[in-house]
Amino acid sequence: MSEHGSKAATADAAHAGETRRDFIHIAAATVAAGGVAAVAWPFVQQLAPAADTRAASTAEVDVSKVPEGSEIRVLIGGLPFFIRHRTPVEIARAKADDHAQLRDPATDDSRLHKMLDGKLNPAILVTSGTCTHLGCVPVGPAQGNTGDFGGWYCPCHGSHYDTSGRIRKGPAPKNLAIPKYDYTSATMIKISL
Amino acid sequence: MSGPSTYEPKNGFTKWMDERLPILRFNHDLMEFPTPKNLNYWWTFGGILAVMLVVQIVTGIVLAMHYVADTSKAFDSVERIRRDVDFGWLIQGIHANGASMFFLAVYIHMFRGLYYGSYKSPREVIWILGVVIYLIMMATAFMGYVLPWGQMSFHGSAVITNLIGAIPLVGDTVKTYLMGGPAIGDATLNRFFSLHYLLPFVIAGIVVLHIWALHVPGNNNPTGVSVKDVKKDTLPFHPYYTVKDGFAIVVFFILFASFVFFMPNELGHADNFIQANPAQTPSHIVPEWYLLPFYAILRAITFDIGPIEAKLLGVGAMFGAILILFFVPWLDTSKVRSMRYRPLAQQAFVLFVLASVGLGFCGANDPDKFVFNYGPDKVALVYTEAATGKVIREVSDNYEALVAKKAALAEPARSEAAIEVSSEGFKWLWLSQILGLYYFLYFLLILPVLGILEKPKVRPPSIAESVTKKHAAVPASPVNPVAAE
Repeated sequence: MSEHGSKAATADAAHAGETRRDFIHIAAATVAAGGVAAVAWPFVQQLAPAADTRAASTAEVDVSKVPEGSEIRVLIGGLPFFIRHRTPVEIARAKADDHAQLRDPATDDSRLHKMLDGKLNPAILVTSGTCTHLGCVPVGPAQGNTGDFGGWYCPCHGSHYDTSGRIRKGPAPKNLAIPKYDYTSATMIKISL
Repeated sequence: MSGPSTYEPKNGFTKWMDERLPILRFNHDLMEFPTPKNLNYWWTFGGILAVMLVVQIVTGIVLAMHYVADTSKAFDSVERIRRDVDFGWLIQGIHANGASMFFLAVYIHMFRGLYYGSYKSPREVIWILGVVIYLIMMATAFMGYVLPWGQMSFHGSAVITNLIGAIPLVGDTVKTYLMGGPAIGDATLNRFFSLHYLLPFVIAGIVVLHIWALHVPGNNNPTGVSVKDVKKDTLPFHPYYTVKDGFAIVVFFILFASFVFFMPNELGHADNFIQANPAQTPSHIVPEWYLLPFYAILRAITFDIGPIEAKLLGVGAMFGAILILFFVPWLDTSKVRSMRYRPLAQQAFVLFVLASVGLGFCGANDPDKFVFNYGPDKVALVYTEAATGKVIREVSDNYEALVAKKAALAEPARSEAAIEVSSEGFKWLWLSQILGLYYFLYFLLILPVLGILEKPKVRPPSIAESVTKKHAAVPASPVNPVAAE
């Protein structure tokens, strides 16, 4: 025993059986774990969106170019957005359903952004083009299918959105998201991720 | 079971080698490994799978020499392999169809394990390693399917990454780190290519562990009765099972080759021959056939339970359907391994196989379409009642009556009213809910309860006797029966 020497360090009864070697083991393992964590961090973080990807995250769109009753689709960083020019009937339908039984209640007005003059422009609806169920891109007026509620229909799992982009039927839990965007003039909007 | 090594070096070189790297001894002992003499052809799928892994790795390495992981070039580079690279059509065809063949073999291998109780003590670790291999196979296949950058590749992967996004708290972060950007793009394609190349080697490593674990207790067998006398119950692996496996591999390759040479695109989707367009999802998006049962389970959950949304429940059910396999060794309470001697479990198992295959069909079909119609199509008049504002849907056999009724409506209801085809039937959604429920009940209720309630049949006392008894039971008949005169 005496050749190990370290036993002598534990004369105190409360620490019987503990040795300086235990301390060295724990300390060495802690340093090793810290080292592994420090090395793992950059190897995980490199998976995150790179700086150039993060930088390319806005798009300006001239909404006056969207024909009434139709929509255009804009990709920002590969994510689709819908810019729809709604007809008066579609707007009326959206407003009429403001207090209907909704899965994700929201009024049509709350889904519009103010123009520079402080007024809402109900003709132009800007939404995310990603179905809130599993991220398919719903079809709309340009594809000839607007679903049971006149807005969009997701062909993947059958979610129906109304003319305000609110979820009305099917498995999607939430309304089509409204992206961050601002009117930069009477006809231009700037969408950012 | 492997016992002491029987290897004896024959000459000076092998003796010298044996003292330094006993690789010849290792190979000898593998070939001499005592294997139950009654293994049937369901046992050949392990060998088939090993060959399929090699086929996929070899063809994959070649394809990686020609493939370009760039969203603007990936689709064209795959088409170039198919059209311009010498024998590219062959190697790409082997790789793409090989994935399907790999899954076909792994499903048969897994069903065999479930039927003959190969997951039971002392083989739990073999089974768990197998499930790990299966999980990595699915991840590898999923990432490989993204690489050709067709419409199905893109939107299929969008659905799967969004599934991960549904996981509470960490989901969104994990999803972003997986995609490397706001949507699936170049960053995603490149990391999927890198991982698709890596994971098969991880599989190969776990296969080594799987076989190592197998060589501790030795093979299960169709009777489920353990080897009692190595001399009477077993045969050396070589040449008995190398030849049997070899024959099965040749037969399997005939099926494989018939796909590669005569219907190379049969298992694919037409949509994947359209280059990915992030702004437009194909109208009918489905994964590859081998993932369809889980896709059906995902879509079967269309209802919220308390505060948990249908989407999260669907994702949970889908992952649960795979993860539950890890617990099968403890969910099955029966002491009898082989279902040959479990009359009730046998029936439950057949239904389980049918449910799994049926779920595959559910996954391939639109959940709102009908498996079968209740009767001939009818017509329906849909209009908004002026007084109450309620939408009325009137179904009838008589088209003329509805036309007359529509004409009689007051404006503005009349111009907004529509007459449409109305069919009633049994939805694929409902079938997937029934079969999905059975899938879970099989593991969570039937296997645990049957083990306690069921009275098993008499098992043969040993493997050797199960073989000799079977032959004795057949009445002896002359080799060339003579016709009665």
